[in-house]
Amino acid sequence: MSKRIDVQDLNVFYGDFKAVEDVTIRIEARSVTAFIGPSGCGKSTFLRTLNRMHEVIPRARVEGKVLLDGDDLYGAGVDPVTVRSQIGMVFQRPNPFPTMSIRDNVLAGVKLNNKRISRSESDNLVERSLRGANLWKEVKDRLEKPGSGLSGGQQQRLCIARAIAVQPEVILMDEPCSALDPISTLAVEDLIDELKDNYTVVIVTHNMQQAARVSEKTAFFNIAGTGEPGRLIEYSETTDIFNNPKEKSTEDYVSGRFG
Amino acid sequence: MSSRTSQTGDKVFSTTALVAGVLILVVLFSVAVFLLIQALPAFFADPSEVTGGEGFWSYIWPIVVGTVMAAAIALIIATPISIGVALFISHYAPRQLAQGLGYVIDLLAAIPSVIYGVWGITFLAVELEPVYEWLAQNAGWIPIFAGPASATGKTMLTAGIVLAVMILPIITSISREIFLQTPKLHEEAALALGATRWEMIRMTVIPFGRPGVISAVMLGLGRALGETMAVALVLSTGPLIASLIQTGNSTIAAEIALNYPEAYGLRLSELIAAGLVLFVITLAVNMVARWVISRHKEFSGANS
Repeated sequence: MSKRIDVQDLNVFYGDFKAVEDVTIRIEARSVTAFIGPSGCGKSTFLRTLNRMHEVIPRARVEGKVLLDGDDLYGAGVDPVTVRSQIGMVFQRPNPFPTMSIRDNVLAGVKLNNKRISRSESDNLVERSLRGANLWKEVKDRLEKPGSGLSGGQQQRLCIARAIAVQPEVILMDEPCSALDPISTLAVEDLIDELKDNYTVVIVTHNMQQAARVSEKTAFFNIAGTGEPGRLIEYSETTDIFNNPKEKSTEDYVSGRFG
Repeated sequence: MSSRTSQTGDKVFSTTALVAGVLILVVLFSVAVFLLIQALPAFFADPSEVTGGEGFWSYIWPIVVGTVMAAAIALIIATPISIGVALFISHYAPRQLAQGLGYVIDLLAAIPSVIYGVWGITFLAVELEPVYEWLAQNAGWIPIFAGPASATGKTMLTAGIVLAVMILPIITSISREIFLQTPKLHEEAALALGATRWEMIRMTVIPFGRPGVISAVMLGLGRALGETMAVALVLSTGPLIASLIQTGNSTIAAEIALNYPEAYGLRLSELIAAGLVLFVITLAVNMVARWVISRHKEFSGANS
Protein backbone atom coordinates (compact mmCIF):
# COMPACT_ATOMS: atom_id res chain seq x y z
CA MET A 1 0.00 0.00 0.00
CA SER A 2 0.86 3.64 -0.32
CA LYS A 3 2.27 4.99 -3.55
CA ARG A 4 4.08 8.08 -4.74
CA ILE A 5 2.36 10.62 -6.98
CA ASP A 6 4.21 12.47 -9.74
CA VAL A 7 2.39 15.28 -11.48
CA GLN A 8 3.90 16.64 -14.68
CA ASP A 9 2.86 19.91 -16.36
CA LEU A 10 -0.76 19.63 -15.36
CA ASN A 11 -3.31 22.16 -16.64
CA VAL A 12 -6.94 22.05 -15.56
CA PHE A 13 -9.76 23.65 -17.58
CA TYR A 14 -13.42 24.35 -16.93
CA GLY A 15 -14.61 24.66 -20.50
CA ASP A 16 -12.42 27.42 -21.94
CA PHE A 17 -11.38 28.76 -18.57
CA LYS A 18 -7.97 27.64 -17.39
CA ALA A 19 -8.30 27.07 -13.65
CA VAL A 20 -4.88 25.64 -12.83
CA GLU A 21 -1.70 26.09 -14.86
CA ASP A 22 1.48 24.10 -15.19
CA VAL A 23 1.69 22.19 -11.95
CA THR A 24 4.62 19.84 -11.53
CA ILE A 25 4.92 18.24 -8.13
CA ARG A 26 6.12 15.03 -6.52
CA ILE A 27 4.12 13.79 -3.55
CA GLU A 28 6.04 11.24 -1.48
CA ALA A 29 4.51 7.98 -0.26
CA ARG A 30 3.82 7.57 3.47
CA SER A 31 3.81 11.25 4.18
CA VAL A 32 1.35 14.07 4.69
CA THR A 33 1.44 16.79 2.07
CA ALA A 34 -0.58 19.97 2.59
CA PHE A 35 -1.89 22.34 -0.07
CA ILE A 36 -2.43 25.89 1.15
CA GLY A 37 -3.39 29.10 -0.57
CA PRO A 38 -6.12 31.75 -0.78
CA SER A 39 -9.68 30.85 -1.86
CA GLY A 40 -10.05 30.26 -5.57
CA CYS A 41 -6.37 29.51 -6.12
CA GLY A 42 -7.18 26.09 -7.57
CA LYS A 43 -5.88 23.88 -4.77
CA SER A 44 -9.15 21.97 -4.37
CA THR A 45 -9.54 21.73 -8.14
CA PHE A 46 -6.03 20.37 -8.39
CA LEU A 47 -6.65 17.88 -5.57
CA ARG A 48 -9.67 16.54 -7.42
CA THR A 49 -7.63 15.88 -10.54
CA LEU A 50 -5.52 13.44 -8.50
CA ASN A 51 -8.39 10.94 -8.42
CA ARG A 52 -10.29 12.25 -11.45
CA MET A 53 -13.15 13.52 -9.32
CA HIS A 54 -13.10 16.76 -11.32
CA GLU A 55 -14.75 14.77 -14.11
CA VAL A 56 -18.00 14.94 -12.14
CA ILE A 57 -18.17 18.62 -13.09
CA PRO A 58 -19.43 19.08 -16.66
CA ARG A 59 -16.81 20.29 -19.16
CA ALA A 60 -13.90 19.99 -16.73
CA ARG A 61 -10.77 18.47 -18.30
CA VAL A 62 -7.04 18.23 -17.77
CA GLU A 63 -3.87 18.25 -19.84
CA GLY A 64 -0.69 16.71 -18.51
CA LYS A 65 0.22 13.63 -16.56
CA VAL A 66 -0.50 12.29 -13.11
CA LEU A 67 1.62 9.22 -12.36
CA LEU A 68 0.85 6.88 -9.48
CA ASP A 69 4.13 4.99 -8.98
CA GLY A 70 4.73 5.49 -12.69
CA ASP A 71 1.25 4.56 -13.98
CA ASP A 72 -0.52 7.41 -15.74
CA LEU A 73 -3.99 7.97 -14.27
CA TYR A 74 -5.02 9.67 -17.52
CA GLY A 75 -3.56 7.01 -19.78
CA ALA A 76 -5.70 5.53 -22.55
CA GLY A 77 -8.03 2.85 -21.26
CA VAL A 78 -7.69 3.80 -17.61
CA ASP A 79 -11.10 3.69 -15.95
CA PRO A 80 -11.75 6.55 -13.50
CA VAL A 81 -13.64 4.04 -11.36
CA THR A 82 -10.44 2.04 -10.84
CA VAL A 83 -8.48 5.21 -10.12
CA ARG A 84 -10.94 6.22 -7.43
CA SER A 85 -10.90 2.85 -5.76
CA GLN A 86 -7.14 3.27 -5.34
CA ILE A 87 -7.18 6.91 -4.36
CA GLY A 88 -9.78 7.63 -1.68
CA MET A 89 -11.22 10.99 -0.83
CA VAL A 90 -12.60 12.74 2.25
CA PHE A 91 -14.72 15.82 1.64
CA GLN A 92 -15.18 19.21 3.22
CA ARG A 93 -18.52 18.35 4.77
CA PRO A 94 -18.98 14.92 6.33
CA ASN A 95 -21.08 12.87 3.93
CA PRO A 96 -21.95 9.44 5.31
CA PHE A 97 -24.74 7.76 3.34
CA PRO A 98 -27.89 8.72 5.27
CA THR A 99 -29.81 5.62 4.27
CA MET A 100 -27.14 3.24 5.57
CA SER A 101 -26.16 2.11 9.04
CA ILE A 102 -22.71 2.89 10.45
CA ARG A 103 -21.62 -0.62 9.58
CA ASP A 104 -22.92 -0.44 6.02
CA ASN A 105 -21.26 2.94 5.56
CA VAL A 106 -17.88 1.43 6.39
CA LEU A 107 -18.52 -1.48 4.05
CA ALA A 108 -19.98 0.60 1.21
CA GLY A 109 -16.79 0.81 -0.84
CA VAL A 110 -15.71 -2.76 -0.13
CA LYS A 111 -19.02 -4.14 -1.31
CA LEU A 112 -18.53 -2.34 -4.62
CA ASN A 113 -15.11 -3.75 -5.32
CA ASN A 114 -15.58 -7.22 -3.94
CA LYS A 115 -19.18 -8.31 -3.84
CA ARG A 116 -18.80 -11.47 -1.77
CA ILE A 117 -17.50 -11.00 1.71
CA SER A 118 -18.25 -13.32 4.61
CA ARG A 119 -19.89 -12.09 7.78
CA SER A 120 -16.79 -12.67 9.95
CA GLU A 121 -14.53 -11.04 7.39
CA SER A 122 -16.78 -8.01 7.19
CA ASP A 123 -17.03 -7.82 11.00
CA ASN A 124 -13.24 -7.78 11.16
CA LEU A 125 -12.96 -5.16 8.47
CA VAL A 126 -15.54 -2.91 10.12
CA GLU A 127 -13.72 -3.09 13.44
CA ARG A 128 -10.30 -2.57 11.85
CA SER A 129 -11.43 0.41 9.79
CA LEU A 130 -13.29 2.05 12.68
CA ARG A 131 -10.31 1.51 14.98
CA GLY A 132 -8.11 2.96 12.23
CA ALA A 133 -10.33 6.04 12.24
CA ASN A 134 -10.33 6.27 16.08
CA LEU A 135 -14.07 5.80 16.11
CA TRP A 136 -14.50 2.20 17.26
CA LYS A 137 -14.94 2.89 20.97
CA GLU A 138 -17.62 5.51 20.35
CA VAL A 139 -19.79 3.50 17.97
CA LYS A 140 -19.16 -0.19 18.67
CA ASP A 141 -22.52 -0.56 20.44
CA ARG A 142 -24.56 1.09 17.71
CA LEU A 143 -23.17 -0.21 14.45
CA GLU A 144 -26.68 -0.81 13.10
CA LYS A 145 -27.80 2.79 13.75
CA PRO A 146 -27.77 5.34 10.91
CA GLY A 147 -24.49 7.16 10.34
CA SER A 148 -26.30 10.47 10.10
CA GLY A 149 -27.09 10.27 13.84
CA LEU A 150 -23.44 10.86 14.79
CA SER A 151 -21.90 14.24 15.59
CA GLY A 152 -20.12 16.14 12.81
CA GLY A 153 -16.66 15.07 13.97
CA GLN A 154 -17.74 11.46 14.32
CA GLN A 155 -19.33 11.56 10.87
CA GLN A 156 -16.09 12.83 9.39
CA ARG A 157 -14.14 10.04 11.07
CA LEU A 158 -16.75 7.60 9.78
CA CYS A 159 -16.04 8.93 6.28
CA ILE A 160 -12.33 8.36 6.87
CA ALA A 161 -13.09 4.81 8.06
CA ARG A 162 -15.11 4.28 4.89
CA ALA A 163 -12.21 5.56 2.79
CA ILE A 164 -9.57 3.36 4.47
CA ALA A 165 -11.79 0.25 4.45
CA VAL A 166 -11.04 -0.19 0.75
CA GLN A 167 -7.30 0.03 1.52
CA PRO A 168 -6.44 2.75 -0.96
CA GLU A 169 -2.92 3.79 -1.92
CA VAL A 170 -3.60 7.46 -1.32
CA ILE A 171 -6.11 9.44 0.73
CA LEU A 172 -7.07 12.90 -0.48
CA MET A 173 -8.67 15.26 2.02
CA ASP A 174 -10.42 18.41 0.88
CA GLU A 175 -10.53 20.74 3.90
CA PRO A 176 -11.65 17.85 6.13
CA CYS A 177 -11.91 19.96 9.29
CA SER A 178 -13.48 23.16 8.02
CA ALA A 179 -16.97 22.10 9.17
CA LEU A 180 -15.79 20.74 12.55
CA ASP A 181 -15.36 22.20 16.02
CA PRO A 182 -11.85 22.45 17.56
CA ILE A 183 -12.12 19.21 19.58
CA SER A 184 -13.24 17.18 16.56
CA THR A 185 -10.56 18.90 14.49
CA LEU A 186 -7.95 17.72 16.97
CA ALA A 187 -9.28 14.17 16.76
CA VAL A 188 -9.09 14.21 12.97
CA GLU A 189 -5.59 15.75 13.01
CA ASP A 190 -4.36 13.03 15.37
CA LEU A 191 -5.84 10.52 13.00
CA ILE A 192 -4.08 12.06 9.97
CA ASP A 193 -0.82 11.75 11.86
CA GLU A 194 -1.43 8.01 12.32
CA LEU A 195 -2.61 7.49 8.74
CA LYS A 196 0.72 8.54 7.26
CA ASP A 197 2.33 5.35 8.59
CA ASN A 198 0.36 3.42 6.00
CA TYR A 199 -0.95 5.86 3.43
CA THR A 200 0.02 8.75 1.27
CA VAL A 201 -2.08 11.62 2.58
CA VAL A 202 -2.76 14.84 0.69
CA ILE A 203 -4.71 17.51 2.53
CA VAL A 204 -6.10 20.83 1.35
CA THR A 205 -6.53 23.28 4.19
CA HIS A 206 -7.34 26.91 4.81
CA ASN A 207 -5.90 26.67 8.26
CA MET A 208 -2.16 27.35 8.20
CA GLN A 209 -1.62 26.13 11.75
CA GLN A 210 -3.17 22.88 10.68
CA ALA A 211 -0.81 22.56 7.71
CA ALA A 212 2.10 23.31 10.04
CA ARG A 213 0.91 20.73 12.57
CA VAL A 214 0.14 17.77 10.33
CA SER A 215 2.24 17.95 7.18
CA GLU A 216 5.81 17.14 6.25
CA LYS A 217 5.72 19.07 3.01
CA THR A 218 3.59 22.02 2.02
CA ALA A 219 2.65 23.37 -1.40
CA PHE A 220 1.58 27.00 -1.70
CA PHE A 221 -0.82 27.86 -4.53
CA ASN A 222 -1.75 31.37 -5.62
CA ILE A 223 -3.49 33.31 -8.38
CA ALA A 224 -2.23 36.49 -9.98
CA GLY A 225 -5.77 37.94 -10.07
CA THR A 226 -9.43 37.15 -10.77
CA GLY A 227 -9.81 35.18 -13.98
CA GLU A 228 -6.16 34.13 -13.95
CA PRO A 229 -5.25 30.47 -13.53
CA GLY A 230 -3.96 29.18 -10.19
CA ARG A 231 -0.28 28.22 -10.03
CA LEU A 232 1.96 26.28 -7.71
CA ILE A 233 4.19 28.96 -6.26
CA GLU A 234 6.37 27.09 -3.84
CA TYR A 235 6.70 23.51 -2.68
CA SER A 236 9.05 22.50 0.06
CA GLU A 237 9.46 21.11 3.58
CA THR A 238 6.71 22.51 5.80
CA THR A 239 9.22 24.08 8.20
CA ASP A 240 10.87 25.90 5.29
CA ILE A 241 7.56 27.17 3.93
CA PHE A 242 6.59 28.63 7.27
CA ASN A 243 9.97 29.79 8.57
CA ASN A 244 12.12 30.34 5.56
CA PRO A 245 10.05 30.77 2.37
CA LYS A 246 11.87 31.56 -0.85
CA GLU A 247 9.05 33.44 -2.54
CA LYS A 248 7.79 36.81 -1.43
CA SER A 249 4.11 35.88 -1.92
CA THR A 250 4.53 32.75 0.20
CA GLU A 251 5.97 34.80 2.98
CA ASP A 252 3.16 37.35 2.71
CA TYR A 253 0.57 34.58 2.85
CA VAL A 254 1.97 32.53 5.74
CA SER A 255 2.63 35.65 7.78
CA GLY A 256 -1.02 36.65 7.31
CA ARG A 257 -0.37 39.73 5.19
CA PHE A 258 -2.99 38.65 2.65
CA GLY A 259 -5.44 35.88 1.89
CA MET B 1 -41.13 49.54 13.12
CA SER B 2 -39.75 46.87 10.87
CA SER B 3 -40.39 44.21 13.49
CA ARG B 4 -44.05 45.24 13.63
CA THR B 5 -44.53 44.91 9.85
CA SER B 6 -42.88 41.50 9.89
CA GLN B 7 -45.22 40.47 12.72
CA THR B 8 -48.21 41.49 10.63
CA GLY B 9 -46.76 39.53 7.74
CA ASP B 10 -46.36 36.48 9.96
CA LYS B 11 -49.97 36.76 11.11
CA VAL B 12 -51.32 37.14 7.58
CA PHE B 13 -49.27 34.19 6.39
CA SER B 14 -50.16 31.87 9.25
CA THR B 15 -53.86 32.72 8.91
CA THR B 16 -53.75 32.08 5.15
CA ALA B 17 -51.97 28.77 5.68
CA LEU B 18 -54.46 27.76 8.36
CA VAL B 19 -57.47 28.68 6.19
CA ALA B 20 -56.04 26.79 3.22
CA GLY B 21 -55.40 23.73 5.38
CA VAL B 22 -58.86 23.79 6.96
CA LEU B 23 -60.48 24.37 3.56
CA ILE B 24 -59.00 21.14 2.21
CA LEU B 25 -60.39 19.21 5.16
CA VAL B 26 -63.79 20.87 4.81
CA VAL B 27 -64.00 20.07 1.09
CA LEU B 28 -62.91 16.48 1.64
CA PHE B 29 -65.36 16.08 4.50
CA SER B 30 -68.25 17.59 2.50
CA VAL B 31 -67.54 15.24 -0.41
CA ALA B 32 -67.52 12.29 1.96
CA VAL B 33 -70.77 13.38 3.61
CA PHE B 34 -72.45 14.03 0.24
CA LEU B 35 -71.41 10.62 -1.07
CA LEU B 36 -72.53 8.90 2.09
CA ILE B 37 -75.97 10.52 2.24
CA GLN B 38 -76.67 10.04 -1.45
CA ALA B 39 -75.39 6.48 -1.38
CA LEU B 40 -77.37 5.30 1.66
CA PRO B 41 -80.48 4.16 -0.24
CA ALA B 42 -78.37 1.77 -2.32
CA PHE B 43 -76.98 0.07 0.77
CA PHE B 44 -80.38 -0.48 2.35
CA ALA B 45 -82.44 -1.19 -0.77
CA ASP B 46 -84.19 -4.50 -1.27
CA PRO B 47 -81.52 -6.73 -2.94
CA SER B 48 -83.85 -7.65 -5.78
CA GLU B 49 -84.27 -3.99 -6.77
CA VAL B 50 -80.54 -3.35 -7.14
CA THR B 51 -78.99 -3.80 -10.60
CA GLY B 52 -78.16 -7.47 -10.97
CA GLY B 53 -80.86 -8.42 -8.49
CA GLU B 54 -78.55 -9.69 -5.74
CA GLY B 55 -77.94 -6.64 -3.61
CA PHE B 56 -75.40 -3.83 -3.67
CA TRP B 57 -72.30 -5.79 -2.72
CA SER B 58 -72.62 -8.37 -5.44
CA TYR B 59 -73.24 -5.48 -7.85
CA ILE B 60 -70.18 -3.54 -6.78
CA TRP B 61 -67.74 -6.42 -6.27
CA PRO B 62 -66.91 -7.18 -9.94
CA ILE B 63 -66.31 -3.55 -10.83
CA VAL B 64 -64.11 -3.03 -7.77
CA VAL B 65 -61.96 -5.92 -8.92
CA GLY B 66 -61.99 -4.51 -12.47
CA THR B 67 -60.89 -1.11 -11.20
CA VAL B 68 -58.02 -2.59 -9.22
CA MET B 69 -57.06 -4.77 -12.19
CA ALA B 70 -56.88 -1.86 -14.63
CA ALA B 71 -54.89 0.24 -12.16
CA ALA B 72 -52.54 -2.65 -11.39
CA ILE B 73 -51.82 -3.27 -15.09
CA ALA B 74 -51.15 0.45 -15.53
CA LEU B 75 -48.78 0.59 -12.56
CA ILE B 76 -46.90 -2.58 -13.47
CA ILE B 77 -46.21 -1.16 -16.91
CA ALA B 78 -45.70 2.50 -16.03
CA THR B 79 -43.60 2.35 -12.86
CA PRO B 80 -40.42 0.74 -14.22
CA ILE B 81 -40.59 2.75 -17.44
CA SER B 82 -41.12 6.01 -15.55
CA ILE B 83 -38.27 5.39 -13.13
CA GLY B 84 -36.01 4.42 -16.00
CA VAL B 85 -36.88 7.51 -18.01
CA ALA B 86 -36.54 9.74 -14.93
CA LEU B 87 -33.09 8.31 -14.17
CA PHE B 88 -32.07 8.70 -17.78
CA ILE B 89 -33.11 12.35 -17.79
CA SER B 90 -31.59 13.14 -14.39
CA HIS B 91 -28.33 11.21 -14.55
CA TYR B 92 -27.50 9.89 -18.01
CA ALA B 93 -28.73 12.14 -20.80
CA PRO B 94 -26.61 15.08 -21.96
CA ARG B 95 -28.06 18.28 -20.53
CA GLN B 96 -29.76 19.56 -23.71
CA LEU B 97 -31.37 16.24 -24.56
CA ALA B 98 -32.52 15.92 -20.94
CA GLN B 99 -34.25 19.28 -21.09
CA GLY B 100 -36.01 18.49 -24.36
CA LEU B 101 -37.09 15.10 -23.12
CA GLY B 102 -38.39 16.65 -19.90
CA TYR B 103 -40.59 19.04 -21.87
CA VAL B 104 -41.97 16.25 -24.04
CA ILE B 105 -42.86 14.18 -20.98
CA ASP B 106 -44.57 17.15 -19.34
CA LEU B 107 -46.45 17.74 -22.57
CA LEU B 108 -47.85 14.21 -22.41
CA ALA B 109 -49.52 15.17 -19.14
CA ALA B 110 -51.34 18.03 -20.85
CA ILE B 111 -53.16 15.85 -23.38
CA PRO B 112 -56.85 15.50 -22.44
CA SER B 113 -57.95 12.00 -21.54
CA VAL B 114 -60.50 11.89 -24.38
CA ILE B 115 -57.61 12.00 -26.82
CA TYR B 116 -55.97 9.07 -25.09
CA GLY B 117 -59.27 7.22 -25.25
CA VAL B 118 -59.68 7.87 -28.97
CA TRP B 119 -56.07 6.89 -29.58
CA GLY B 120 -56.77 3.72 -27.59
CA ILE B 121 -59.71 2.60 -29.74
CA THR B 122 -58.66 3.79 -33.16
CA PHE B 123 -55.00 2.84 -33.00
CA LEU B 124 -53.85 0.81 -30.02
CA ALA B 125 -56.78 -1.63 -29.89
CA VAL B 126 -56.48 -2.34 -33.62
CA GLU B 127 -52.73 -2.87 -33.41
CA LEU B 128 -52.97 -5.08 -30.35
CA GLU B 129 -55.71 -7.33 -31.74
CA PRO B 130 -53.30 -9.71 -33.57
CA VAL B 131 -51.08 -9.78 -30.47
CA TYR B 132 -54.06 -10.91 -28.38
CA GLU B 133 -54.84 -13.54 -31.00
CA TRP B 134 -51.29 -14.83 -30.71
CA LEU B 135 -51.38 -14.73 -26.91
CA ALA B 136 -54.65 -16.66 -26.82
CA GLN B 137 -53.17 -19.38 -29.03
CA ASN B 138 -49.74 -19.67 -27.44
CA ALA B 139 -50.20 -18.56 -23.84
CA GLY B 140 -53.85 -19.39 -23.44
CA TRP B 141 -53.14 -21.81 -20.58
CA ILE B 142 -52.36 -18.79 -18.38
CA PRO B 143 -55.79 -17.66 -17.11
CA ILE B 144 -55.17 -13.98 -17.84
CA PHE B 145 -54.50 -14.77 -21.51
CA ALA B 146 -57.32 -17.27 -21.96
CA GLY B 147 -59.06 -17.08 -25.34
CA PRO B 148 -61.04 -16.46 -27.37
CA ALA B 149 -59.39 -13.11 -27.86
CA SER B 150 -61.59 -10.08 -28.45
CA ALA B 151 -61.98 -9.33 -32.16
CA THR B 152 -61.93 -5.60 -31.56
CA GLY B 153 -59.00 -5.42 -29.15
CA LYS B 154 -61.13 -3.35 -26.77
CA THR B 155 -60.08 -5.27 -23.68
CA MET B 156 -58.89 -4.81 -20.13
CA LEU B 157 -55.25 -5.07 -21.21
CA THR B 158 -55.69 -2.32 -23.81
CA ALA B 159 -57.36 -0.13 -21.20
CA GLY B 160 -54.51 -0.84 -18.77
CA ILE B 161 -51.90 0.09 -21.37
CA VAL B 162 -53.70 3.34 -22.21
CA LEU B 163 -53.85 4.13 -18.48
CA ALA B 164 -50.13 3.35 -18.19
CA VAL B 165 -49.34 5.90 -20.90
CA MET B 166 -51.55 8.41 -19.11
CA ILE B 167 -49.89 8.06 -15.71
CA LEU B 168 -46.36 7.85 -17.11
CA PRO B 169 -45.79 11.62 -17.25
CA ILE B 170 -46.77 12.32 -13.66
CA ILE B 171 -44.64 9.52 -12.22
CA THR B 172 -41.74 10.44 -14.49
CA SER B 173 -41.69 14.15 -13.80
CA ILE B 174 -42.02 13.81 -10.02
CA SER B 175 -39.37 11.08 -9.89
CA ARG B 176 -37.06 13.19 -12.04
CA GLU B 177 -37.40 16.16 -9.70
CA ILE B 178 -36.69 13.94 -6.69
CA PHE B 179 -33.67 12.30 -8.33
CA LEU B 180 -32.24 15.69 -9.24
CA GLN B 181 -32.42 16.72 -5.58
CA THR B 182 -30.06 13.98 -4.44
CA PRO B 183 -27.33 15.84 -2.53
CA LYS B 184 -24.19 16.21 -4.66
CA LEU B 185 -22.28 15.42 -1.49
CA HIS B 186 -23.66 11.89 -1.36
CA GLU B 187 -23.22 11.25 -5.06
CA GLU B 188 -19.58 12.35 -4.82
CA ALA B 189 -19.06 10.17 -1.75
CA ALA B 190 -20.14 7.15 -3.76
CA LEU B 191 -18.10 8.07 -6.83
CA ALA B 192 -15.01 8.73 -4.70
CA LEU B 193 -15.26 5.18 -3.34
CA GLY B 194 -14.94 3.87 -6.86
CA ALA B 195 -18.61 3.40 -7.71
CA THR B 196 -19.69 3.29 -11.34
CA ARG B 197 -22.53 5.56 -12.32
CA TRP B 198 -25.11 2.82 -11.88
CA GLU B 199 -23.64 1.83 -8.50
CA MET B 200 -23.71 5.47 -7.44
CA ILE B 201 -27.37 5.63 -8.43
CA ARG B 202 -28.13 2.47 -6.45
CA MET B 203 -26.22 3.68 -3.38
CA THR B 204 -27.44 7.26 -3.21
CA VAL B 205 -30.05 8.36 -5.74
CA ILE B 206 -32.53 5.52 -5.33
CA PRO B 207 -32.46 5.32 -1.50
CA PHE B 208 -32.74 9.09 -1.32
CA GLY B 209 -35.58 9.22 -3.83
CA ARG B 210 -37.51 6.18 -2.61
CA PRO B 211 -40.17 7.98 -0.54
CA GLY B 212 -40.69 10.51 -3.32
CA VAL B 213 -40.98 7.81 -5.95
CA ILE B 214 -43.56 5.98 -3.83
CA SER B 215 -45.55 9.21 -3.57
CA ALA B 216 -45.26 9.68 -7.32
CA VAL B 217 -46.51 6.14 -7.96
CA MET B 218 -49.41 6.75 -5.58
CA LEU B 219 -50.38 9.91 -7.47
CA GLY B 220 -50.24 7.89 -10.67
CA LEU B 221 -52.35 5.18 -9.05
CA GLY B 222 -54.87 7.80 -7.97
CA ARG B 223 -55.21 8.96 -11.55
CA ALA B 224 -55.44 5.40 -12.87
CA LEU B 225 -58.17 4.50 -10.35
CA GLY B 226 -60.24 7.56 -11.09
CA GLU B 227 -59.77 7.81 -14.84
CA THR B 228 -63.14 7.69 -16.60
CA MET B 229 -63.02 8.84 -20.20
CA ALA B 230 -60.20 6.70 -21.50
CA VAL B 231 -61.50 3.52 -19.91
CA ALA B 232 -65.10 4.25 -20.85
CA LEU B 233 -64.04 4.68 -24.48
CA VAL B 234 -61.51 1.87 -24.76
CA LEU B 235 -63.07 -0.93 -22.75
CA SER B 236 -66.12 -2.73 -24.04
CA THR B 237 -67.47 -3.56 -20.63
CA GLY B 238 -68.95 -6.81 -19.47
CA PRO B 239 -69.07 -9.18 -16.50
CA LEU B 240 -65.99 -9.92 -14.42
CA ILE B 241 -63.61 -12.41 -16.06
CA ALA B 242 -60.02 -13.39 -15.40
CA SER B 243 -58.87 -13.07 -19.00
CA LEU B 244 -57.43 -9.68 -19.89
CA ILE B 245 -57.76 -10.21 -23.63
CA GLN B 246 -61.47 -11.01 -23.85
CA THR B 247 -64.32 -8.57 -23.92
CA GLY B 248 -65.44 -8.04 -20.36
CA ASN B 249 -64.75 -6.41 -17.02
CA SER B 250 -65.49 -2.86 -16.06
CA THR B 251 -64.19 -0.22 -13.68
CA ILE B 252 -66.04 1.94 -11.16
CA ALA B 253 -65.18 5.14 -12.99
CA ALA B 254 -66.31 3.74 -16.35
CA GLU B 255 -69.48 2.34 -14.80
CA ILE B 256 -70.38 5.77 -13.43
CA ALA B 257 -69.48 7.63 -16.62
CA LEU B 258 -71.40 5.28 -18.89
CA ASN B 259 -74.59 5.05 -16.78
CA TYR B 260 -74.87 8.38 -15.00
CA PRO B 261 -76.65 10.33 -17.79
CA GLU B 262 -79.68 8.03 -17.71
CA ALA B 263 -79.73 7.20 -14.03
CA TYR B 264 -82.37 8.32 -11.54
CA GLY B 265 -83.71 7.17 -8.19
CA LEU B 266 -82.11 4.03 -6.83
CA ARG B 267 -79.81 3.61 -9.86
CA LEU B 268 -78.37 7.06 -9.10
CA SER B 269 -77.76 6.04 -5.50
CA GLU B 270 -76.00 2.90 -6.68
CA LEU B 271 -73.64 4.89 -8.85
CA ILE B 272 -72.91 7.37 -6.08
CA ALA B 273 -72.31 4.47 -3.71
CA ALA B 274 -69.86 3.10 -6.28
CA GLY B 275 -68.15 6.50 -6.17
CA LEU B 276 -67.99 6.23 -2.39
CA VAL B 277 -66.32 2.85 -2.66
CA LEU B 278 -63.73 4.31 -5.06
CA PHE B 279 -63.15 7.13 -2.57
CA VAL B 280 -62.50 4.61 0.21
CA ILE B 281 -60.15 2.54 -1.99
CA THR B 282 -58.11 5.63 -2.90
CA LEU B 283 -57.94 6.70 0.74
CA ALA B 284 -56.78 3.24 1.80
CA VAL B 285 -54.12 3.14 -0.91
CA ASN B 286 -52.76 6.51 0.20
CA MET B 287 -52.66 5.47 3.84
CA VAL B 288 -50.75 2.31 2.97
CA ALA B 289 -48.29 4.43 0.98
CA ARG B 290 -47.75 6.80 3.92
CA TRP B 291 -47.14 3.83 6.17
CA VAL B 292 -44.59 2.36 3.75
CA ILE B 293 -42.76 5.69 3.60
CA SER B 294 -42.72 6.21 7.36
CA ARG B 295 -41.39 2.73 8.11
CA HIS B 296 -37.82 3.75 7.23
CA LYS B 297 -37.89 7.26 8.57
CA GLU B 298 -34.75 6.88 10.68
CA PHE B 299 -32.75 6.04 7.60
CA SER B 300 -34.31 8.57 5.26
CA GLY B 301 -32.27 11.26 3.58
CA ALA B 302 -34.23 13.90 5.47
CA ASN B 303 -32.21 13.85 8.68
CA SER B 304 -28.80 14.35 7.17
